[in-house]
Amino acid sequence: MENKVLLDSELLNITINRLCYQLIENHHSFDYTVIIGVQPRGIYLSQRIHERLIEITQNKNIHHGILDITFYRDDFRRRDELPVASATDVNFVIEDKNVILIDDVLYTGRTIRAALDAILAFGRPRNVELLVLIDRKFSRELPVQADYVGTSVDAITSQKVKVKWKEHDGIDEVLLIQTKEK
Amino acid sequence: MIPRIEKRKKINLQQEQQLSSRHLLGIKGLQRSDLELILTTASNFKEIINRPIKKVPSLRDVTVANMFFENSTRTRLSFELAEKRLSADIINFSASGSSVSKGETLIDTANNILAMKVDIIVMRHSSTGAAVFLAGQLKNYPSSAHAQIINAGDGTHEHPTQALLDAFSIKEKLGSLEGKKVVIVGDIMHSRVALSNIFSLQMLGAEVMVCGPTTLIPKHVQSLGIKVEHNLRKALEWCDVANMLRIQLERQSLKYFPSLREYSMQYGLDKKLLDSVSKKIVIMHPGPINRGVEITSDVADSEHSIILDQVENGVAVRMAILYLLAGKS
Repeated sequence: MENKVLLDSELLNITINRLCYQLIENHHSFDYTVIIGVQPRGIYLSQRIHERLIEITQNKNIHHGILDITFYRDDFRRRDELPVASATDVNFVIEDKNVILIDDVLYTGRTIRAALDAILAFGRPRNVELLVLIDRKFSRELPVQADYVGTSVDAITSQKVKVKWKEHDGIDEVLLIQTKEK
Repeated sequence: MIPRIEKRKKINLQQEQQLSSRHLLGIKGLQRSDLELILTTASNFKEIINRPIKKVPSLRDVTVANMFFENSTRTRLSFELAEKRLSADIINFSASGSSVSKGETLIDTANNILAMKVDIIVMRHSSTGAAVFLAGQLKNYPSSAHAQIINAGDGTHEHPTQALLDAFSIKEKLGSLEGKKVVIVGDIMHSRVALSNIFSLQMLGAEVMVCGPTTLIPKHVQSLGIKVEHNLRKALEWCDVANMLRIQLERQSLKYFPSLREYSMQYGLDKKLLDSVSKKIVIMHPGPINRGVEITSDVADSEHSIILDQVENGVAVRMAILYLLAGKS
């Protein structure tokens, strides 16, 4: 089975644009709102959204952080190999702020559960909303849902959603890849 | 129970890596990739210990026994704090006040503790090789074979966690260890800190020199591939980093120099000597400091000194070691 392109470069940027306008609709000036990208791959989306938001609102003071959740995972000591942690940089106050968590793909929901735990280490947010580019609709293992969705995909377990970014992979696109069954 | 319709294969997007050994008995048993993994993971934990809530839940299901058969301030507290920050359960054992005074052996003490479902042992012992000995013996007992051992200093053998935090501190201050010149000054012969540092610094690409009176430098130490110098000024002119060791009065039975005063005159670091050296040197000390003997207060408390950074980094490095070892089981 071939790889399918879910979003090409043009559609990806239209989607990001639309997500930004949805965020502005709900959060207006971003005075009490902060954006946090989840490592390792949510940070490319969160950086794009951060840049686009600054362009649209002309407000350079929107806080953007990156969060690594490796130490909050629920599968520590249950895997053959140990995941390597990435950097965390949250140099602003979370207390009583609206937090927008950003990740590229929402699949089982376990990463986001870990991210919620990790955020609590920085303070008590006023509320937390989730923004994802791709929602793999029927694969949740925990009761987690996204507030802002780029597009939904119904993928089987042998398929993988791969999000590519110009800065990192040379091209903007989202692919549905058939992987080999173990 | 509802059966799964499709068997889900874990698709992992993060890079994965592991330590090559399930114990940490010495730097000698590790590879360069292990050292680099520990140092990288330690920088993640350093960020965590600077947050408002300094705890992560990773070692929630792990119990650690801190078995200290020898006195310690830094190492013991540092390990305890690292374990607590990882949400592990801790039990503390110190030899004084235990059944060791009734003649209970090391193996029996360890087996009894492990029978209480302890996962990791952090041990400091005055006998050289105690950690390696214990690791070898525990394999023979089914209820203890799962245990992992971290050597917190055994006699005059190794002190791997100290060497790792020293390497981390140098890397933090100078950017990298490759090509850096490090001199270790003092009682090299009796120092487990010196030996572990020699192994780790070389493995990470640094050049190592030892400096001290001839009576305190082992005879064939050059066979480790290091330089030897007996003049402190020359050593300081050569190095980028000076790691000052404490004169171990509690470990030496013979006198290796005429008096403490003469030792400080020849091998003690004071502000006058430090200022007279042409380049800026980073000053380190594993602690506890004998102020006025191997180092004076104005040097220990100066901007050249990273002694307290070493202590802060010790917690992060020990967290990394505990995390990586626990993840190996």
